[in-house]
Amino acid sequence: MTLIDLANPTRFLAFTARLLPWLAGVTAILLAIGLYQSAMAPDDYQQGATVKIMFIHVPNAWLSMFVWGVMSLAALGTLVWRHPLADVAAKAAAPLGAAFTFLALVTGSLWGRPMWGTYWEWDARLTSVLILFLMYLGLIALWRAVEDPSRAARAAAVLTLVGAINLPIIKFSVDWWNTLHQPASVMRMGGPTLDRAFLTPLLVMALAFSLLFLTLHLAAMRNEILRRRVRAMQMIHVAQAGQRPA
Amino acid sequence: MSLGPYANFIATSYLVVLAVVVLLIGWIAIDYRAQKRRLSELESEGVVRRSGRNMTDKT
Repeated sequence: MTLIDLANPTRFLAFTARLLPWLAGVTAILLAIGLYQSAMAPDDYQQGATVKIMFIHVPNAWLSMFVWGVMSLAALGTLVWRHPLADVAAKAAAPLGAAFTFLALVTGSLWGRPMWGTYWEWDARLTSVLILFLMYLGLIALWRAVEDPSRAARAAAVLTLVGAINLPIIKFSVDWWNTLHQPASVMRMGGPTLDRAFLTPLLVMALAFSLLFLTLHLAAMRNEILRRRVRAMQMIHVAQAGQRPA
Repeated sequence: MSLGPYANFIATSYLVVLAVVVLLIGWIAIDYRAQKRRLSELESEGVVRRSGRNMTDKT
């Protein structure tokens, strides 16, 4: 099966049916390894044990932006190639992106209270991530508000691409402005500044959460394809009922 | 493993993540069953897709 074959919804469903159990299994194993390594990681000399929050905060923060990136690519697929699976992919990803962004905000807040002395600060990084969360909610509301899927797809695709402007703002906010949030310590020029004792569990957890997203995204896409089939059949059902003699 | 004076913050963080992940998995699983059930109902009512395919096949 080639990648082009997966562009067909029916083949995509058959492919995900075979792939999902394996993907879920690998994700669970990797999460277990990551959690074990996180638990065994030493305390930081400044932060103490609160450094353990990093192992769940950072993967969620990365995914909050990555998912919007995936949705932006899907938006191009909707607007440029008008591919039916592109909108399915974007719509299925939005609630997952909202959930990861919510978790990044909550875990960041719970990490900030003992380290910064506050749950929240209106600095550039925190505010831009909050805006990202609100944009996810706005997109979800848009898909729910517009009944015609093709109209909703185009409007959501345009909004997604406009919203992508926020991604570099989030990434570079800690460099462009004076923020309470620390600058990048993993994805930076010159390599990570984290000690291997923290970097290894962090990367394992990041990979595990990325696979978790992939698993949930494929499953949510499968649901969305089925939902559209239900809708199409309901319309046929209504049309058939209308043609029957009274 | 001692979590020190901020154990509540650490435990709460992990519990919130666990709760949200479980909610996501549950929501997707329930939604899948609901869509499959609705497809079966429509098929049993004699509704056929324009392609003529069986709605509740393995796809």
